[in-house]
Amino acid sequence: MSLLQARGLVRHFGGLRAVDGVDFDLAPGEVHGLIGPNGAGKTTFVSLLSGRIPVQSGQIFLQGAEITRQSAQARVRQGLAYTFQITSIFPGLSVFDNVALAVQGGRDTVGALRGDKAALARAVAAALDKVGLGGHGGQMAGELSYGHQRLLEVAMGLALKPRVLILDEPTQGLAAGEIAGFMALVRGLVPEVAVLMIEHNMEVVMGVADRITVLNFGRVLARGTPAEVRADPAVQEAYLGA
Amino acid sequence: MSGRKIWAAHLALLAVLFALQYILPPYHATNLARVMVLALFATGYNLAFGYTGLLSLGHALFFAAGMFAAALPAWHYGLGAGPALLLAVLGGAGMALVTGLLALRTAGVSFMIVTLMFAKAFHLILIYFNQWTGGDQGFALPAASRELAGQALSQDGPRFLVAWTLFSVGLLVCLALVRSRFGRVMVAMRENEDRSRLLGYNPYRVKLLVLVISGAYAGLAGGAWAILFGYAGAGFAEIQYSILPMLYVLLGGAGVVAGPILGAAAMFWLVELAAELTSAWLFLVGAALVVLVLFAPKGVLGWVRARFWRDLP
Repeated sequence: MSLLQARGLVRHFGGLRAVDGVDFDLAPGEVHGLIGPNGAGKTTFVSLLSGRIPVQSGQIFLQGAEITRQSAQARVRQGLAYTFQITSIFPGLSVFDNVALAVQGGRDTVGALRGDKAALARAVAAALDKVGLGGHGGQMAGELSYGHQRLLEVAMGLALKPRVLILDEPTQGLAAGEIAGFMALVRGLVPEVAVLMIEHNMEVVMGVADRITVLNFGRVLARGTPAEVRADPAVQEAYLGA
Repeated sequence: MSGRKIWAAHLALLAVLFALQYILPPYHATNLARVMVLALFATGYNLAFGYTGLLSLGHALFFAAGMFAAALPAWHYGLGAGPALLLAVLGGAGMALVTGLLALRTAGVSFMIVTLMFAKAFHLILIYFNQWTGGDQGFALPAASRELAGQALSQDGPRFLVAWTLFSVGLLVCLALVRSRFGRVMVAMRENEDRSRLLGYNPYRVKLLVLVISGAYAGLAGGAWAILFGYAGAGFAEIQYSILPMLYVLLGGAGVVAGPILGAAAMFWLVELAAELTSAWLFLVGAALVVLVLFAPKGVLGWVRARFWRDLP
């Protein structure tokens, strides 16, 4: 059974068919890449999944339960986490507070408004260590370098204790050295967490994804392993215009 | 900065305020009692505006709701001061709940305008029903309703003590609240509401709860004002009583627990001083605000926090 399931998702903006009848399945423990040319509807599609944008028709299921009409925050509490394409941290708060907000708001019981202070601190430290930001807790989030802010964004996603983690262009703006570390990080998340990532960097997608879905003009153009997708003539045409 | 030091600093502030009643001449000690009640009001405003980012222009509504919830039963039925203060809290919180359920569907400038209009409507209602509310003229509270534990609150000593106690409780509750996990969520609303949604929070609920707490503060302050100083009137629902707590908070430092008392005290005595010097005292107050906005836009304690004391809650 798939962990996250979408059937016939549709979202049009006026005449623009941003997402136009997409079916999608995310298996437990997989890293799934979502690629496609600019304007293919990738971000709109994951926004429908996360609940930031309401669907016009179609259905979404998380672990078999329908979540199509649920609010974004309700989906987060059930284990569907989303990290932003444009870094969207709380710059005026400390790194610790940023992650603590995620721990409190997420799926785990540490998220309650009362409770064990030490457990909260441990959960924050664990998320920061995982992305390599241990020791930065006291710093203001706005004072971190861009690359570190991207990692903080991922740490916040992890601190939600998600079942599904949606990463929207996580390597955008990272230095080459940071990208290698990031790929290892993503591979280290499975099988506890299933990952759906939008990614423009083909090297990264081909390197970490188990399966890839290609969107074009709001529809699924191709789906398969990295090798299958690479060999697909329709994909080559969409990307290269050949 | 450890939690213990932060608590110690705030307790020391309360101790200084308590001691001032023996040091200041009686006239200014009574003024300090007024300032502490106004600071209680502003502390509630600070929770909504300074911490949660809710810029309300209608807090006079909650202040007046508390004032009349306490003063009307006292006037008409001779209710005692203790129960009247309790009603004041409920009046302010209840009014904030009803207002918030509607007004929090808006944000930003719309929220400012909607809260302003609610307050104006309440002011007009108070005047319309002047038979019961005293309308513009207001009314004096009966002496029997201004007694607590056998002490007449019209006397300086007991009046100061009650004002100080209420402010102290308000300050310490505020400190505990902003240092709690919920306090962190409040600040998240101010900093980035959209992001907070994707961390599992329902901004509407969080903001409604904060507005109700803020309304409870305002209501208690309004009720205390009526009981301690013996007068209630529709004028307290006017716009200036929505602006005052905002000015106190901005002057003292928005999002700093001790900001409102500093702002209220500074503004109160600035007005006193300016009024002694010139009949154009509003000009001096305006000039002081311009200087503040230019050189310390985060308020006095906001500036202190940025420069010297980063962990100041």
